[in-house]
Amino acid sequence: MPKAVLSDWIRRLQRSYRVVGPVERYGSFVFDELADPQELRLVYPPTVLPPKKYIVPPRETLVNYRLDGTHIAASIDTQPTVILGLHTCDLHGITLLDKIFNMGFDDQHYQARRENTYLVSIECLETCTDDSFCRDMGTASASRGFDLHFIDLDDVYAVNMATRKGEKLLEGFHHAFDALPSDMKRVNTRLSEKWQKFAYRLDFDIYMLPELLEKSYDSDLWNELGEICLACGMCTQVCPTCYCFDVKDEADLALEEGHRVRRWDSCQIHQFAMVAGGHNFREELAARQRHRYMRKGKYQKDAIGMVGCTGCGRCASSCLVHIAPIDVFNELYAREQAKQDAELMAGEVAA
Amino acid sequence: MKRLIEEVQQSDSIYMPVPARITEIRQLTELESLFSIELPHDVMLRHRPGQFVQVSLLGVGEAPISISSSPSRTNGIFELCVRRVGDVTGALHRLKAGDMVGIRGPFGRGFPVQQFRGKDILFVAGGLGMAPLRSLINEVLDERGNYGRVLILYGARSPDDLLFREELAEWANRDDVELHLTVDCPDSRWEHCVGVITTLFAEVEVFPRNTAAVVVGPPIMYKFVIRELEKINIPKGNIWLSFERRMKCGVGKCGHCQLNHLYTCQSGPSFAYSEVEHLQEAFS
Repeated sequence: MPKAVLSDWIRRLQRSYRVVGPVERYGSFVFDELADPQELRLVYPPTVLPPKKYIVPPRETLVNYRLDGTHIAASIDTQPTVILGLHTCDLHGITLLDKIFNMGFDDQHYQARRENTYLVSIECLETCTDDSFCRDMGTASASRGFDLHFIDLDDVYAVNMATRKGEKLLEGFHHAFDALPSDMKRVNTRLSEKWQKFAYRLDFDIYMLPELLEKSYDSDLWNELGEICLACGMCTQVCPTCYCFDVKDEADLALEEGHRVRRWDSCQIHQFAMVAGGHNFREELAARQRHRYMRKGKYQKDAIGMVGCTGCGRCASSCLVHIAPIDVFNELYAREQAKQDAELMAGEVAA
Repeated sequence: MKRLIEEVQQSDSIYMPVPARITEIRQLTELESLFSIELPHDVMLRHRPGQFVQVSLLGVGEAPISISSSPSRTNGIFELCVRRVGDVTGALHRLKAGDMVGIRGPFGRGFPVQQFRGKDILFVAGGLGMAPLRSLINEVLDERGNYGRVLILYGARSPDDLLFREELAEWANRDDVELHLTVDCPDSRWEHCVGVITTLFAEVEVFPRNTAAVVVGPPIMYKFVIRELEKINIPKGNIWLSFERRMKCGVGKCGHCQLNHLYTCQSGPSFAYSEVEHLQEAFS
């Protein structure tokens, strides 16, 4: 697709879809509905919130009812939405959410919204922030999960049409053309050039992460993080794979209509694991920090086959005391290595 | 007839409660009442002992409550023993017979009743732990021939805090049930043991080879009771526990009930001790 016609394509989409994408707001980047296609930024650092907000909204009505019980109905949002310019790390985040909400009991609210959401991703050609480590997490690129995938070839975008939904977005748009063998060559050159620009930042290979975390369950590092963590919950709000929620009832002022809503919640908040009698199963900040990291690096891998961290770096960027997963993982690794070295030494001395 | 869980799963939303009527409320103690609940006529609960339902009150919210009646005694009407302790349970206690509530469930894994066949069963209940255990106890007593000895150890704060006192009297009178009671704070008429639940272990003889222990109580109780059970050599796989957690959804999504990597609402709330002994968050 020639770059010159991108805006035309978006305007066309806007006739049938809500079209959202990365835009600049007050010096930061956010996903927002495009008022004007010119607003779209396809080279951008991670947005403040990940695009999960369009699939698992921060606040979502599940059920509407009359307080006298005479009426009750599910609230299912089916607004067709195109998300443009997704980084592949965020695409992995959405793939993980898909697994969670389709596993066991179906979550019809998620499924309906997801069915009506079209994912258009873009290949990252440069690293974006000091906090990100997508290369290590295997999310610096993606072979699936998108409906359309864009690769910037300077004057044109190479577009990978992966699904029927993706085809639908291009149907009837006559300013995009089938790729020629020479275009494919440019794609391959562009992609292979990209890798050297993405440095490995983990001191070990990702496949070792679940095992490392298992060994580190009783590490002192959790206490050290607990000492500095402010329990603000920002890390979970900005995380593309955090989906835990609270369910609350809200009534209107006339006390006639009510809504059961779910809202993002956070395992870092004090009350998260508290039961009605007041017992808190994760009273200590250290236990909450550990839970978050165990979940991202081990529990989710064990449960659904995907590591729960995409390496986007948002939690580090937004943390007031800069607890950064890349540092946490590397520190755990260093301590585990030191422990093993010490054991080896002790063994040799004993021998 | 449709099972309630099918009714919930086939509705437009897994979060949609099914309307049900309170047919009777019996106050059991100062804080606890037993609610009899009737589902719509074409829906049946079909639960296993140890499972729970989400009880909802429109405008107030939803709370996970374990089912207190046994499947053997649930014909259209089931029972929930509810302590008045939070928003939802507080509002529930202000309702009267005839009022409506919403029900979703039953959720979670119950106790493996089949696995208990032929075994002696040692029930250990602390406080409100009797609410879910009563479901299993009555199920066992209604199929009494399938089991060996039935021992019930039950501890409460005071004689007035004992739940299901009429049933306790019945159990005490049966010669095929060994019931042992203890309270922390006795009154002048109390004739049984005084002290924490573990003091009752001195009163009973248990044959570990063929005993399944089922333990439900407040979080603090588990490690002390487990210590006693290990002392008498009951295998870890034959010790069953039930964990209280704050389930917001009941369907393995909201994350509140996670216990290490497990979602209590899916893998539990009942667990064999062997499944959770190495999990720190099970006993935190």
